[in-house]
Amino acid sequence: MTWVNIIVQGVLIGGLYALFAAGLSLIFGVMRLVNIAHGDLIVAMAYLAFVIIQVTGLHPLLSLVLVIPIAMAFGYGLQMGIFNRTLGKDILAPLLVTFGLSVIIQNGLLELFTVDSRKLQAGVLETGSFPVLPGVNIGYLPLLQFIVAIAVIGGLQYMFYNTSIGRAFRATSDDSETAQLMGLDKRRVFAWAMALCFAVVAIAGVFLGIRANFDPAIGPGRLIFGFEAVIIGGLGNLWGTLVGGVILGVAQGIGAQINPGWQVLAGHLVFLAVLAIRPRGLFPRMSG
Amino acid sequence: MSEVILSVENLEAWYGDAKVLHGLSFNVKKGEILSLIGANGAGKSTLLKCICGLLPKKTGSIQFNGQPINRLEANEIVAKGIALVPEGRRLFPSLSVEENLILGGQVRRPGPWNLEAIYALFPILKEKCHVPSTSLSGGQQQMVAIGRGLMSNPELILLDELSLGLAPIVINDIYAMLPRIVGNGLTAILVEQDVTRALTSADQFLCMQEGRISLEGEPKAFSKDQISAAYFGM
Repeated sequence: MTWVNIIVQGVLIGGLYALFAAGLSLIFGVMRLVNIAHGDLIVAMAYLAFVIIQVTGLHPLLSLVLVIPIAMAFGYGLQMGIFNRTLGKDILAPLLVTFGLSVIIQNGLLELFTVDSRKLQAGVLETGSFPVLPGVNIGYLPLLQFIVAIAVIGGLQYMFYNTSIGRAFRATSDDSETAQLMGLDKRRVFAWAMALCFAVVAIAGVFLGIRANFDPAIGPGRLIFGFEAVIIGGLGNLWGTLVGGVILGVAQGIGAQINPGWQVLAGHLVFLAVLAIRPRGLFPRMSG
Repeated sequence: MSEVILSVENLEAWYGDAKVLHGLSFNVKKGEILSLIGANGAGKSTLLKCICGLLPKKTGSIQFNGQPINRLEANEIVAKGIALVPEGRRLFPSLSVEENLILGGQVRRPGPWNLEAIYALFPILKEKCHVPSTSLSGGQQQMVAIGRGLMSNPELILLDELSLGLAPIVINDIYAMLPRIVGNGLTAILVEQDVTRALTSADQFLCMQEGRISLEGEPKAFSKDQISAAYFGM
């Protein structure tokens, strides 16, 4: 039963990794932007939730009612104000700008909140669990994370393929110049994509903060997990990203069972193996 | 005399540091078909890009319905009523045929063209409306590209190399549709490599050579030799 338990827990933690990764995948898919600051933005949103909870006394999950709109507005502004100016033929400029943003966010958080770690208190949700098999308990929080990850990815997928904004995302991703000839302003299309990405980042940030302690320096580690989930699943494929997160979670669980020090390493090794065998990931999007 | 819909004055344009258009001036009247002819590299497609806002580095004046449009972005110009059917069609591969058409109508200008009208013009597209646009044959893709341009209900449509990469019989079919495409008083600028076809389809023509206008007027007003001389710069 130990191994069943490891796999079940790995699958569930994969939901969190998919939440880390979904925004990355969305942004890469729409505008070919690799956002190095993604992990730091997740941490920043955890701090935003922390402040809102301090001020209002809301439950962390309820704080999302405020965190998501604020995050979306910030994402829209960030894209219009900074990222849009860097996107062009040269892929290095946006990469460097997001790297700079990562440094700024980490140091800004350090100034504002010090190096002390924080946590979002969610009561029974953090510790509660129910048995499904002898020796296999499922925690409320990991289950909720997983369900939310499926809902987020399903929602993004639906929006991508069944709405006019999704059509605009796909057209701009295919050929931004021709999309402009259809009357789409690519800067606004990109800004809406970033706003959506930030909605997901806000959700990921709150779950990150409920699950464990966070401090200003942990962003890059979350970026790596998100990045690995995206690459394993296949660039630009959202369901692939969920599968990538699950594979990463299970690999880490198995690694930790063999030797606690191998938890993170096992995830990296699976990532390397996928990269070596299928450089475009397990389920790459057909075009692009 | 019918009114001028597009007025270009002293237009100069650059790709980087290379000047490719050298002071073009011409007018297009409402409802007419203007053919642009000229050898490869003469600046025909560049001129179309200038008009629809895809080439930002330009000077001079472009007026559409009396309003200056040379400072507008491509997405603003399509909303004013100029549509480009680009060279090589440039359909969106991740969109179905119908989604490509719907996207063409994104600017929601009023007019005769909608999905039903496009499907009536090209019935084959209705049958294939849900398939990925790039799985169609070249001729069918060109129909989608034309339909997508029409969906914005433009007053001026720019048709760039409709025949590029298509079989002769398909080209004949597409050109046979031209009167229906540009009916309803639509003005068109046509870029075409096949000079004979370009001249027989047009009310007016402009011959370009190395970024300048070498001859212009009504096709029937000039002899074949005069046009060849302007085309080849002899």
